[in-house]
Amino acid sequence: MSRTPLYDAHRALGARMVDFAGWEMPVQYRGIIEEHAAVRTRAGLFDVSHMGEIELRGAGALAACQRATANDVGRLRDGAAQYSLLLDPGGGIVDDVIVHRLDAERLMLCVNAANRAADLAYLREHARGADVVDVSDATALLALQGPRATAILSGCTALALAEMPRFTFAAAEVAGRRALVAHTGYTGEDGWELYLAAGDARAVWDALLEVGAAHGISPAGLGARDTLRLEAALPLYGHELGPDTSPYEARLGWVVQPGKGEFVGRAALLAARARGPRRLLVGIELVDPGVPRAEYRVLRDGEPVGVLTSGTKSPTLGKGIALGYVDPAASAVDTALAVEIRARAAAARVVPLPFYRRGGS
Amino acid sequence: MEFPDDLKYSREHEWVLVEGKVATVGITAFAEEQLGDVVFVELPAVGDKVTKDEAMGVVESVKAVSDVYAPVSGTVLEVNDDLPESTELVNEDPYGDGWMVKIELSDPTDLDELMTAAEYEAFVQEQQE
Repeated sequence: MSRTPLYDAHRALGARMVDFAGWEMPVQYRGIIEEHAAVRTRAGLFDVSHMGEIELRGAGALAACQRATANDVGRLRDGAAQYSLLLDPGGGIVDDVIVHRLDAERLMLCVNAANRAADLAYLREHARGADVVDVSDATALLALQGPRATAILSGCTALALAEMPRFTFAAAEVAGRRALVAHTGYTGEDGWELYLAAGDARAVWDALLEVGAAHGISPAGLGARDTLRLEAALPLYGHELGPDTSPYEARLGWVVQPGKGEFVGRAALLAARARGPRRLLVGIELVDPGVPRAEYRVLRDGEPVGVLTSGTKSPTLGKGIALGYVDPAASAVDTALAVEIRARAAAARVVPLPFYRRGGS
Repeated sequence: MEFPDDLKYSREHEWVLVEGKVATVGITAFAEEQLGDVVFVELPAVGDKVTKDEAMGVVESVKAVSDVYAPVSGTVLEVNDDLPESTELVNEDPYGDGWMVKIELSDPTDLDELMTAAEYEAFVQEQQE
C-alpha cells in the first residue's frame, strides 16, 4: 500500500489509518464529529497527498486541455483554476478534476487518487500535442480549511492572501518552503490547498499545526472530509459521479461548455441534453430518525424511484442527509419520499442544495 | 482500553452484567472505538423476546452500520431511553450510561458460553493482530 510523506506524522497524532484507493490514509484522529466541527468553526488540516497531479506541458498544452476537458480552459488566466470533467466519448464521467493554468504552456490537473492511472491513460490518448507528465509522486497536497484558515496561513507566508479571489493560486514560500498556494477546497468552508515538494510536506504540516494551535486547528481525516463535502453537496467520484452518470444528471451542466468547440464527449452530451435527464441528483433529508447511506433505495408512495449515492447523519444539522439519483418526476424540492433503511421506510423529502452553506441560510 | 472484571463478554463485542436473572447489555469499549462516533442507535422494545446470537438492534457510526447481537436469550425488561437522543453516551461511557438493554434470562446456561474479562481481552488482541 502507498503512504504519503506524512504517514509518520499521522501515526504520531494517533490517527486511525485505512486503505483508501490503495493508500494508507488517516480516516480520523480524535473523532470525525470533532474534526468536522473544527473545520466548520475554526480550521482543519487535511493530508490529501494521495490525490494525483498531472501536468500538460508544451506549446500544445492549452489546445490539448481544451480537447480533453469539458469546461472552457480558454477562460483561465495564468494563476487561475477551474473545476472540470474528463468525459469519455459517450459523455460518461471519467473523473472530476481541478485544472490550474500555470502559464500558456503548462497546466496542472489535480485528479482523484483512485483515477490517477486511468486519467493518465486518458490524457495520453486525448491530450495529444501536449507532454503528459505525472508529477504525483513528487507532490504532496495539504488542505487547510475553515473560517480561521486564512489567518493561520497568513502566519506562515508573506503572500497577500486577502487579494486572492477563490479559484486563483500563486507560487509562494510557506514556512520557508516553496509551495503553490491555491484558494480552493472541498469542505464548503473558505480555505487553501498547498501543493508542495514531497520532501517539504512534513515541515509545512508541522508549521501549520503550530501556528494554528492558537486558532484551535485540528488535523482532520478522510472521515470528516466526506461528511463536510456531503453537507456542502460536493459530488464525489465513485458515488455521485462515474462512467454511467451524465454531467446533466449530476447537475454539472454549468461545467460543460459545448460552445467552446470540440472536446471528448461533446456530441454525446449535446444528444443527452436534447433527450433530457433519465434521473436527477437531489438532496434528501430524512424526516424520520435514521441514517441514510449510499445504495439505499428511495421510494415514493411505496414504489422505488431512485437510489442514494452518499448519506450520513449531518454533524452540523443533526439530521440524516443524502444525495441520490431519482426520477425527474420525483426531483422537485419538498417532494415527499421515503428511504428504505433495512426493512423500514423512513420518511424523507427533497431539499434544496447545498444542505449547508457557509455563513448561514 | 478497559475490560471490567465484573462483566462477561460475547464474541460479537457485547458486554453483560448479571444480577440475579437480569442481564444488562451494552457494547464494549473495543466495539465503540472500532465504530467511531456513534450517531444512531436502534434497540428492541420492552417485552420483545430476543434470541442469543441473533441481531436485536443496530448501532451506526458516521461511517458504519453494525448489528447488536443478543448475548443471551430472554425478554427485554428495560431499554436505555436516553440513547436514541444521546448516542454519544455509547462512546463516552460504554460500560455505564451507554448501556443498551436489560434482559430477563430465559436460560441461565447461556452465560456459560460468554468470556471472562481476561479471555475477552486476549480475544480482542487476537483480532487486532
